[in-house]
Amino acid sequence: MSEFTMGPMLLNLVLWLPIVGAGLVLLAARANDSRARTISVAVMTVQFALALLLYLQFDATAPGLQFATQLPWIAQWGVSYLIGLDGVNILLVLLTAFLGPIVVLGAWTSIKKDVPLFHVVVLLLQFAMMGAYLAQDLFLFYLFWEAMLIPMFLIIGMWGGARRVYATLKFVLYTAFGSILMLAAVIYLVQSLQQSSGVMSFAFADLYQSQLPLSVQSILLGAFALSFAIKVPMVPLHTWLPDAHVEAPTAGSVILAGVLLKMGTYGFMKLGFPLFPDATRAFTPLLMTLAVISIVYGACLALVQNDIKKIIAYSSISHLGYVMLGLLTLELVGIQGAIIQMVSHGLVAAGLFLLVGMIYDRCHTRELAAYGGLARLLPVYSVFFMIFTLASVGLPTTSGFTGEFLALMGAFTAAWPAHLDGHHLPLVLAVVAVTGVVLGAMYMLRFALTFLFGAVKAPHHSPEQPLLDLSLREKSILGLLTIAVFALGLFPGGALQKTELAAKTYQSLVTTSRLPAPAGVTP
Amino acid sequence: MDKVHLLLLLSGALFSLGLLGVIVRRNALVMLMCMELMLNGVNLSLVTFSQQRGDAAGAVLVFLVFVVATVEIALAIPIVLLLVRFKRSMDIDRYSDLKG
Amino acid sequence: MPHTLALIALLPLVGFLLNGFFATALGGHRANERVAAIVGCAFPIAAFALTIKAFLDLQAGGFTPIVEPLYRWALIGSSSFEIAFYFDRLSAIMTLVVTGVGSVIHIYSTGYMHHDKSFGRFFAYLNLFLFFMLLLVLGRSMLVLFVGWEGVGLASYLLIGFWFDDLTNAKAGRKAFITNRIGDAGFLLGMFLLYRAFGTLDMDTINGAFLTGSGAAMIVPASLVGLLLFVGATGKSAQIPLYVWLPDAMAGPTPVSALIHAATMVTAGVYLTARMSGIYMMAPEASQVIAVVGVLTAFFAATVALVQTDIKKVLAYSTVSQLGFMFLALGVGAYGVAIFHVVTHAFFKACLFLGAGSVIHALGGEQDIRKMGGLRTKIPLTFWTFAVATAAIAGIPGLAGFFSKDEILWYAFASAKGGAPWLWGMAALTALMTAFYMFRLLWLTFMGASRMSQEVEHHVHESPISMTGVLMLLALLSAGGGYIAIPHFLEAQIPLPPIVESLAHYEQTLLIVSIVLAFAGLGLAVFMFGGPASRPESIKQALLPVHRLLSGKYFIDELYDRVIVKPVAWFSEVVLLRGSDTLLLDGSLNGLASLAQRSAGLLSRAQTGSLHLYALLVMVGIVGALLWSWRHV
Repeated sequence: MSEFTMGPMLLNLVLWLPIVGAGLVLLAARANDSRARTISVAVMTVQFALALLLYLQFDATAPGLQFATQLPWIAQWGVSYLIGLDGVNILLVLLTAFLGPIVVLGAWTSIKKDVPLFHVVVLLLQFAMMGAYLAQDLFLFYLFWEAMLIPMFLIIGMWGGARRVYATLKFVLYTAFGSILMLAAVIYLVQSLQQSSGVMSFAFADLYQSQLPLSVQSILLGAFALSFAIKVPMVPLHTWLPDAHVEAPTAGSVILAGVLLKMGTYGFMKLGFPLFPDATRAFTPLLMTLAVISIVYGACLALVQNDIKKIIAYSSISHLGYVMLGLLTLELVGIQGAIIQMVSHGLVAAGLFLLVGMIYDRCHTRELAAYGGLARLLPVYSVFFMIFTLASVGLPTTSGFTGEFLALMGAFTAAWPAHLDGHHLPLVLAVVAVTGVVLGAMYMLRFALTFLFGAVKAPHHSPEQPLLDLSLREKSILGLLTIAVFALGLFPGGALQKTELAAKTYQSLVTTSRLPAPAGVTP
Repeated sequence: MDKVHLLLLLSGALFSLGLLGVIVRRNALVMLMCMELMLNGVNLSLVTFSQQRGDAAGAVLVFLVFVVATVEIALAIPIVLLLVRFKRSMDIDRYSDLKG
Repeated sequence: MPHTLALIALLPLVGFLLNGFFATALGGHRANERVAAIVGCAFPIAAFALTIKAFLDLQAGGFTPIVEPLYRWALIGSSSFEIAFYFDRLSAIMTLVVTGVGSVIHIYSTGYMHHDKSFGRFFAYLNLFLFFMLLLVLGRSMLVLFVGWEGVGLASYLLIGFWFDDLTNAKAGRKAFITNRIGDAGFLLGMFLLYRAFGTLDMDTINGAFLTGSGAAMIVPASLVGLLLFVGATGKSAQIPLYVWLPDAMAGPTPVSALIHAATMVTAGVYLTARMSGIYMMAPEASQVIAVVGVLTAFFAATVALVQTDIKKVLAYSTVSQLGFMFLALGVGAYGVAIFHVVTHAFFKACLFLGAGSVIHALGGEQDIRKMGGLRTKIPLTFWTFAVATAAIAGIPGLAGFFSKDEILWYAFASAKGGAPWLWGMAALTALMTAFYMFRLLWLTFMGASRMSQEVEHHVHESPISMTGVLMLLALLSAGGGYIAIPHFLEAQIPLPPIVESLAHYEQTLLIVSIVLAFAGLGLAVFMFGGPASRPESIKQALLPVHRLLSGKYFIDELYDRVIVKPVAWFSEVVLLRGSDTLLLDGSLNGLASLAQRSAGLLSRAQTGSLHLYALLVMVGIVGALLWSWRHV
């Protein structure tokens, strides 16, 4: 073990800092917009610094939780306040903390209404998301999972576009519907664990011990999967996402695409699949098919959108399909690829939404056809746009490549032996998934072509009053994201090392059968 | 007819009178007063039964009702005042914003 | 120097970064054109010098491959993805060509792109291309190769669409990128298959395993892997069916066409196949497919080149055709010969493209050969270099193209690994056509009477020394490049296929036949285009349907548009967006919501808003309850 004893305290600080920040904003900056911004960016930056420190201190060779805190909470139900870092959540925690200051800086000038309140809500959201990633107790997780909804609802509903009411309602109804089913499954799961082993506990580690017959596992997996698949989102549960993205303000879109969607895939990886391994394996063909359909479906739809935000929204569906595919391969390469793809998508989609937001702030339209030749008009903007486009396409040296390459490689590696054994579906799926690489290039380059090239065309642009290229603030947030994108593309080794043990644990949890012992046979 | 019956009859009459008032009158303040009348009808029956059974529970209950009724009036009067300021009328028929 | 190879690759990257930051709009054009040119040329030249040094090192080491590990990209389980460079005879040749031809084209560009408003950006992109191309040829692992493979695609995309103000240029770039991506999908699959079998992507390991037939190599069929990798090669090297992007790629500046779309990038597929020759030697079926695709592409592209009127389009189809020759050589197992042709082709095709660039430069942007003619005396240096290169590609004896093409024809005929007389026949016919259309181009451009407009003719001028110097150097190489015995040099590493014994005595005959064909092409072209203009016109009229088919490029672009592009768009738009997303998913959901709303609307009628009615109802309720309890208690 490392000598790093302050870890648990720091981790708690990482979690609770946004709450402190929200309190500070309420106390000290209720009517002072610029002070509210400053406080929230400072808090987010400190949070990121602490998360980075923890990431560096994280011991990749030690199994189990690190920097964990466990406090009894509702003892008679076996609920405890249990948070900690492990290989699964460490990168996502770092990503969430990294995007925090970027979100605040990105919304610096574009949010004009109720600025202090906006920052309070963003900080609360940050708290809830961080909590959901850090929670190692199902009750706590569920609490944070639900708590995320409210600030997001407010962000879209209060600072959103014209059809924001429709979008928020759709978003909340979809997610709430999934959550209710999950709640029922959680209660059943805990109760059955208590009946079979006498342990009343919500801790993930204990729940991983539960043994359930296949039929029960299937139903519970269904309930969990519905909730997570809505969040991911997987086709056909995706239609809330484009609407939510379109109506959300830039900051909302960035959080939604950057962090919130990963909650779904994280849920699958941390809970859905390892809790019900036998059902997972039984339903792998179905889930994998849905993942591949998501890849192709999202890409095809992105190809025909005329709303620039919708293009990226649908591309998110496609990219998260790779994550699901990678997780379901149960090959180490694929799982690792899925984790990297989660982070990569967080960075790339955040960058693209920020870029779209920046142009929207200048031109006030999201219609693709209204633009053209921006490369001539806004060269710096266009360079960044090109970088993130290529990262989204999965060009080597960017993070998008690392994720897609490893995930697809995992899919293929798993499919080939199955094919030799006479199961052709995985191979077909892997091959179809690879076509996503082509479709990805098609829709992103269509976007870039209309957007950047050709004759100069932009609303609110005139030779007398030309559009302004990026400000220093905008350049620096995009620069930060660019550095992260290339770092993960060129040197993924360090990140992969941190997650390797967790990926192996996940693999063994899902591949080991946990059906109850047949009656009459004593274990 | 003994005293108990008379008192119960009185309380029933008070209650019915109050209810009738609530139903037919259109002035919000009068309706509130009629509600008080109904409460008092109930109170009267409570103390009557309490007296008959030689039990203090009914009387205690009456005090409880008093408290609740006071609070209710304390809340209701300002609400009515606000409503009147809003609509410039005491006519309850004009307050039909919750019509489905 | 411990990191020579890494340095070779990274130097152009430094050039890219410097020019990219300081000589483009990104840095507000801080560096002027001269500085940008010096930076842009110095790094490739330094890389070339280092390559020579590396080659001498290789030679000093008795040609044992130099392996230079750089860092570990990722370690997953037990399989490690190393970033390492590898330098053997094959990559030495390729690196020399890439840095050498690359450097001279950079120098040429300083003249050609002079006064372009995006001068710095051009050099940044060119350097970026060189960086990725060097990764491609120097990588030890397929992963590094793939990084370069995709990277050159990116550079090609950026450079084709370099003048992006015109949307057609940008569209051509996009077409190139996407078509390449289709090939890359196949490449990826092949790579995954190899990874599955070997747990590594190091190409020397994989080759060795296939050649020795070790256990792991038996898991995956060599032919399948070979075909999948070949799909990637068809994309990058413009073979049937993915060649369609290359003619369009001529939208880029001419030095780009010379460097990327003739000399280096498009030969990446040939390099890949030669590099993985261990697999193809074990995969006769895949090799057969490659030979057939190669010869068909060569033939098909040559027929289209016969009637093109754009100087660069003729050269583009000629490139496709020559690449077909290279694949024919690969398909019959003559890997060294294919690389030989890569090298000679790099010389003469670069010379031709740069010569065409010089013509276009002289004519102020005119590319239509029907509006040229008589340029021989006006721009003599360009003419003579162009003529040498034309003779070289046509296969006139003694020049570079003659040697490499003749060897390809010979192995296509007699190789024991898939050679066949009909392959030779097709290839020989293609060689005849090559000679014909190249001399046609030469005649229409430089000979005869001028067909230029007065104004254009007035402005015709010879290009600056930076351009003509390069042309002369390349012409020299086109003339003498055939004397570098590359197949022999490579034989120690990749042996040439055996010759079918019974056919061995035909060698002299075939040699004579191909010389005759080259001169026949020359004669035919001179006969048709050296005489009165009515002569080609009458032939055109006689063969009008054929002419229309050829000048329409067999309407393959239109076919792809009908069969692939439009249906995908239709499917996405109508079936998925309107049908599934809007109608089925959102429709059913919104329907459910409005159903709930309507039924709630019915119930809400009971809410009249009249307090009196509510009170009455309460009373009725109380009375009813009392009555009910009266009756039942």
